[in-house]
Amino acid sequence: MTKRREKVVLPLVAVFLGFLLGSIIVLATGRSPLAMFAAMIKGFSGIDIINDVPINTRHIGEFIIQAMPIILTGLAFAFASRTGLFSIGAEGQLMVGALAATTVALLVQAPKAIHLPLVILSSAAAGALWGAIPGFLKARFNVHEVTVSIMMNYIALHLNNFVILNIFGSVDRVKTAFFPESALLKSPFLQSLTRGSRLNWGFIPVVVALVIFSFVINKTTFGYSLRAVGYNKEAARYAGMKVNRNIVLSMMIAGAFAGLAGSVITVGTFNFGRALPSAEGYGFDGIAVALVGGNQASGILFAGMLFGMLKAAQPLMQSQGIPREIAGIIQASIVLFVAMQYGIKLLLEKFKKKESVSAEVDRV
Amino acid sequence: MSFKILFEMFPIALMFAAPIIIASLGGLFSERSGIVNIALEGIMMVGAFAAATVTVLLEGSTPLASWLGLTAGLAAGLIFSLLHAAASINLKANQVISGTALNILAGGLTVYLCQIIFRQQRTRAFSNGIQKMSVPLLEDIPVVGRMFFSGNYPTFYISIFLVLATWFLVYKTPFGLRMRSCGEHPQAAASMGINVSLMRYIGVLASGALGGLAGGVMVLTADIQYTLVTIHGTGFIALASLVFGKWNPFGVLGAGLFFGFSTALSFYAKDIPGMSSLPGEFFYALPYILTIVALVVFAGKAVGPKAAGEIYDSGKR
Repeated sequence: MTKRREKVVLPLVAVFLGFLLGSIIVLATGRSPLAMFAAMIKGFSGIDIINDVPINTRHIGEFIIQAMPIILTGLAFAFASRTGLFSIGAEGQLMVGALAATTVALLVQAPKAIHLPLVILSSAAAGALWGAIPGFLKARFNVHEVTVSIMMNYIALHLNNFVILNIFGSVDRVKTAFFPESALLKSPFLQSLTRGSRLNWGFIPVVVALVIFSFVINKTTFGYSLRAVGYNKEAARYAGMKVNRNIVLSMMIAGAFAGLAGSVITVGTFNFGRALPSAEGYGFDGIAVALVGGNQASGILFAGMLFGMLKAAQPLMQSQGIPREIAGIIQASIVLFVAMQYGIKLLLEKFKKKESVSAEVDRV
Repeated sequence: MSFKILFEMFPIALMFAAPIIIASLGGLFSERSGIVNIALEGIMMVGAFAAATVTVLLEGSTPLASWLGLTAGLAAGLIFSLLHAAASINLKANQVISGTALNILAGGLTVYLCQIIFRQQRTRAFSNGIQKMSVPLLEDIPVVGRMFFSGNYPTFYISIFLVLATWFLVYKTPFGLRMRSCGEHPQAAASMGINVSLMRYIGVLASGALGGLAGGVMVLTADIQYTLVTIHGTGFIALASLVFGKWNPFGVLGAGLFFGFSTALSFYAKDIPGMSSLPGEFFYALPYILTIVALVVFAGKAVGPKAAGEIYDSGKR
C-alpha cells in the first residue's frame, strides 16, 4: 500500500472494527445490533428503515449540531499535534470559550453586526489564553503539556460554575438569563428547513476554521515551521526556528479553535450560559475525531460527521432499549484500533512475509 | 485555625488520600517498567463500578460484601488494564492515545453495564460501604492517636502497607531492579537477558490491579453508589502525585496526603477564619491548581523513568 492510501484505509479499517466490536457487545447483552444501526441511519439522515414513515429532516439538523463542536475540538487537537504536542485541554478551552461568550452576550449591548462577532471572537480569545498556559509552561519549564492541560480542564469547569452561579446568578442553579437576540447564531429560517431542529449559523465559523486550519498548516511559512518543530524539535532549533515561541503559539491557536466551539454551543445550540456538573466530553470527542481524521482538515470534517452521527443517534438508541453509552464504547474502540494500527501493520507484514516464504518453499 | 478543626479534618483527608496513594503506586509500577499509564482514571472507574456492583448484589447474603467488592474492583482493574498492555506492548500503540481510549471506554462501558444490570445510569446505592474503625491501644497515644488511629477507614492502613510493600519490591529485590531497568534503558536490560515485554506486562497489570483497588476504595468510602462522576479526576490527581512524589513510594505517600488534605479543605473551609469568604468552587479547583504549581516547582528536578512512554524497539541502540 502506498503511504497516501494507507492514511485513508487504516482509519477506515479501525472504524469498521469499532462498529463490529460495538455490535458484538450489543448482541452479547441481549439487544439487537440491527436496531442500533437503524438508529444511526435515522440519526443523520432522518430516514427510518424499520417503520414506513416519511423522512424527518429534524434529525439532519440535530446531527449537524452534534458534529459542529467536535469538528472544532478535533481541529484543536490536530493543530497541537502537528507541532508534536499532545493537548488534552480542548475540554477546558471550550468551557472558558463558552464562559467568555456568555459574558459578552450578557454584558455588552450592541447591534447584531457588532455583538455577534464580538461574542465569537471573545470565545476564541479566551480559549487561546487558556491554551497559552500549558504552552508557556511547556516552553519555559518543560512541564508536560498532557498533565497541565488535564488540570486546566478541571480548573475551567469550576471557574465556569463559579462565574455562572455566583456572578451572573441563576434561578435554577443551572442556567443564566437568556441572551439578547443580537448575540445569537440562531436562525428561524434554518429551523424551519429542518422541522424545528436547533440548526443555526454555527456551521459558518466551523467552515471558516477548517479553511484557516488547512491554509495555515499547509500554505504558510509559519505552518511549515510548526510542522518542523513537530517532526524534530532539535533540527528545527538548529535551523533557526523559534521552537519555544512555536510551542506557545500552536497551543494558543489550538485553544482558539476549542474556544470557538464554546460559542457555537452557547449562542448557537443554546441561548443561555450553563453551569456544568462535569465535563461533557467534547474534548475527548475531538481527540477521536483528529486521530481518525489523520490530523488533516478534510479527514477531520468526515470524522467529525461520523462521531456527530453517533452522538445524534444516542437518544434514538436509548428509545430502542439500547443503552446510549454504546456510542462511547464504539468511539473508544475506534480510537484504540487507530492507535494500534502501527502494530497491526507490522503483524500483517510479518504474516505476508511468512506467506511469501512458504509459497516459495512450495514452489521448490 | 483551631486544632479541633484540624483533628476533624484527618479522617476525611485520609479517606481521600487512600485511593490517591494506591492508584499512584499503580502508576509507579507501570511507569517504572516503562509504560505511561494515563488510563488510571478509567481503570479506577472500572474498579469502582465493579466494587459497587458486587457490594450491592451480595449485601443481602454476606457481611463481607464490601470486602468482596474491593476484590472485584481489583480484578476488574487488572482485566481492563490488559487492553492497555496489549495495545502498548504488543501492538506498539502510542501509550497516551491508548490510555485516552481506555478513559473514554471506561465511561461508556461502566454506565452501559449499569443500564443493563440496574436499568439506570448508575448502580443501585449500597447500604453499607467499608466501615470506619479505631485501632485499639494505638488510639490512646496522645495527639498522634487521634490523628491517625481513631475513626479512620481501614483502607488508609491498606495504602500504607502497599507503600511499604512497593518500596521493598521495587528497591530491595532483584525483580524490582529488573523492572526499573526496563523503564530506564530497555535495550540494555534486554541485553542482560531480561524479558522486557514480560516486565512491562507485570508493570501495567500491577497498575491495573492497584488502580482498580483504588477505585473500589474510593466508591466504598467516599460515595454511596457508582456514577459517572464518582472518580471525578482522582486518577489524574494520582498521576500528578506520581510526578510530585518523584516516582518514589514514600514521595507518593507524601503527595497523596497533600492532595487528601487539599480535598478535605473544601469541606472545612467555611469554618476556618480567612477562608470562609472564598467560594466553594475555589476549593474544588484547588487540588488541580496546586498540582500545576507543584509541577512547575519540581520541573527539571523530578526526572521520571527515562524510557517511559517510548515505544520499545529492540533494534535501537
